[in-house]
Amino acid sequence: MDAAQALLAAMWLGLTLYALLGGADFGGGVWDLLAGRSRAGMPQRRLIEHSIGPVWEANHVWLIFVLVVLWTGFPLAFASVMSTLYIPLTLAALGIIARGAAFAFRKTSTELWQQRLFGGAFALSSVFTPFFLGTVAGGIASGRVPPGLAAGDLVRSWVNPTSLLGGVLAVGVCAYLAATYLCDDAVRARSPDMAEGFRRRALATAVLVGAVALGGIAVLRWDAPLLFRGLTGRALPLIVASAVLGLVSIALLWWRRYLLVRGTAVLAVAAVMWGWPVAQYPAMLPPSLTYLDAAAQPVVLTTTLAVAAVGALLVLPSIAWLFLLQRRMPYEPERPA
Amino acid sequence: MTSLTVLAGPASPADLAAARMQMALSLGWHIVLACLGVGMPALLLFAEWRAVRTGDEDFHRLARRWAKAVGVLFAVGAVSGTILSFEMGLLWPGLMGVYGQVVGLPFALEGIAFFIEAIFLGIWLYAWGRLSPRAHLLSGVPILVAGVASAFFIVSANAWMNQPRGFDLESGRITHVSPWAAMFNPATPPQTLHMILAAFMVSGFGTAGVYAVALLRGHRDRYHRLGFVVPFTMAAVLTPVQIVVGDYAARFLSEYQPAKLAAFEGVYRTGPYAPLSLGGVFVDDRMRYAVEIPSALSLLVGYRPSAVVQGLDRTPPADRPPVTPVHWAFETMVGIGFLLLLLSAWLAWSWWRRRDLPRTPWFLRLAAIAGVLAVVAVEAGWTATEVGRQPWVVYGRMRTLQAVNPVPGLWAGFVVVSLVYVVLTVATVYVLRHMTRGRQVAPQEPVVT
Repeated sequence: MDAAQALLAAMWLGLTLYALLGGADFGGGVWDLLAGRSRAGMPQRRLIEHSIGPVWEANHVWLIFVLVVLWTGFPLAFASVMSTLYIPLTLAALGIIARGAAFAFRKTSTELWQQRLFGGAFALSSVFTPFFLGTVAGGIASGRVPPGLAAGDLVRSWVNPTSLLGGVLAVGVCAYLAATYLCDDAVRARSPDMAEGFRRRALATAVLVGAVALGGIAVLRWDAPLLFRGLTGRALPLIVASAVLGLVSIALLWWRRYLLVRGTAVLAVAAVMWGWPVAQYPAMLPPSLTYLDAAAQPVVLTTTLAVAAVGALLVLPSIAWLFLLQRRMPYEPERPA
Repeated sequence: MTSLTVLAGPASPADLAAARMQMALSLGWHIVLACLGVGMPALLLFAEWRAVRTGDEDFHRLARRWAKAVGVLFAVGAVSGTILSFEMGLLWPGLMGVYGQVVGLPFALEGIAFFIEAIFLGIWLYAWGRLSPRAHLLSGVPILVAGVASAFFIVSANAWMNQPRGFDLESGRITHVSPWAAMFNPATPPQTLHMILAAFMVSGFGTAGVYAVALLRGHRDRYHRLGFVVPFTMAAVLTPVQIVVGDYAARFLSEYQPAKLAAFEGVYRTGPYAPLSLGGVFVDDRMRYAVEIPSALSLLVGYRPSAVVQGLDRTPPADRPPVTPVHWAFETMVGIGFLLLLLSAWLAWSWWRRRDLPRTPWFLRLAAIAGVLAVVAVEAGWTATEVGRQPWVVYGRMRTLQAVNPVPGLWAGFVVVSLVYVVLTVATVYVLRHMTRGRQVAPQEPVVT
């Protein structure tokens, strides 16, 4: 494994963690949006707030890690992606602002109209942000981002079948992950009714996401043949693993094994996320730019790897402590005064 | 590596202006939050430490109140900071595509520091009462350390833009990168010191300003007095230090970036006996309508009236920054710095004589606006250093025009982003104001319908 491969893997690990942790925080916002009217939806919104409140900022930093590694380790890829996909990335950035700020504002506001306003902004941006990030993934994966400053089409690079598929899948996966996590959280909050509700939602989303993914195969075959060949070739074991894990998750949800389903759902999503780079390897910006073409100088790669390793030593135990504290935190159905 | 610059098409002047204004808006907005994120943890930890050590109820209340504000400020700061890392690529892909690998190290380190900050702030805010008081206090220390470290790393990246080091340029390609040499460039010590001190001053004067208003409105109990005196003292102690550091930073410029210092001071002709110009407008290569103190600039820079100060005449016209806005921004910063110094000295005098705040309400009135002034000084300082570096994005190496995203319609993006920031500003101020006011009434159950 060369340094560029190692850094690529580290970056992808960061992106996977962002999808699994930060993605679920966005998914929480999706369920917040669908929780119903103010009074009826209050308990669910409170549980969602309880689940993501202490951790969303930390989960969000994975995205910054990915951006920084990309521009440091693969500057040409970063510049090409950011300049061509200017529109969806600007919209995603605005969504990130709206989501984070509105969530924090809602938590401190006490009046209903404020909670509605900020809650609405939080929930809507939780849908838009992963959607636009998904369109970015679709644009890159379908080979619509050539190397160079704004070398691709400003609109068609993200308004295309693969991007649409990417956007819908991203929102679906976020919602699915959040629903499975919230089942477990609801049980620990001693709220079996809510657990049932999120179980139904998790099952429905699992079926929906599975259907979209199946239909997506046809879309990719037609719109992104190169990616399709990779996914059905080298990456096939990962795709099959993801499908199997998805089915296992549905079964576990059916039997209400919520803690186990956390694990299988996470693995299913992770498998599909790693399927993408495996399918297009060694291309970074398909069809032609490889990761080695885009890579920074070796000394930069090794320095960044060393920094990431030291960072992991500091960050991972701290995150573990935060998650442990959060799990032990008692759930307060009523907000403390 | 494929060379990027050849692929870049020209951006229209309007789009370049839009990109610059969008970056200035996002940075100028974030910097206020960033300052509070660096400085507020120190105040919080001090208050909590006093509360834990002595069981003092007023300090306990202050710590809880500040914690609530910091929770909101940090969330908004985290997302407004994220936007900046997007904008590095969205607006300046030419810069990042070429130099991203050179200057990436401090950003990577900052990422780690930010991680630590976010994690421990989560722990600190949510685990209050679930950890022992001592453990809780200790869990706050990483927030402070990581906050200061973040500021150091980010400003060292900006310092690199002023003093690019750690690479060679061979026929348009970057070679021989040394990430550490890039990070520890000559401008890093003066710039990072200056900014970190500024962050603590903004936090101190800003927080004290809120309590100065409360004191003026007649809330003269110990709680409000502590809420004023503790942060004000922190800022007041650092103000004279900041003025010395500022002098060091200006002196640094006279050696390393003389064109910028010349723009700060509005000096055109290189020579001895350079006057210090206060105010004025720079037209046709000279300062007009300025109040001049003869030879003062030569004295400041070289300690003698005959010291030669380099003017803009040594810089080719195409490489000169716009003088008037830079000069005014610089003078605003320096002027506010000395005003804050006077205010600090006033408190020191009164405390030394009577162990109390000055009697006249004018002290509190000035103190109430000191927080705003400190923010204005930071914004003015950044305007001076950023506009003073123009037309370069990387001093002497890459022009801002070469860095900008060549896509059409950056103007539209700027308009949308501006609208979002207007809403964000209104909402943040509203929530923070409501938070302080809401606590004036007796604590009550939130109305949940």
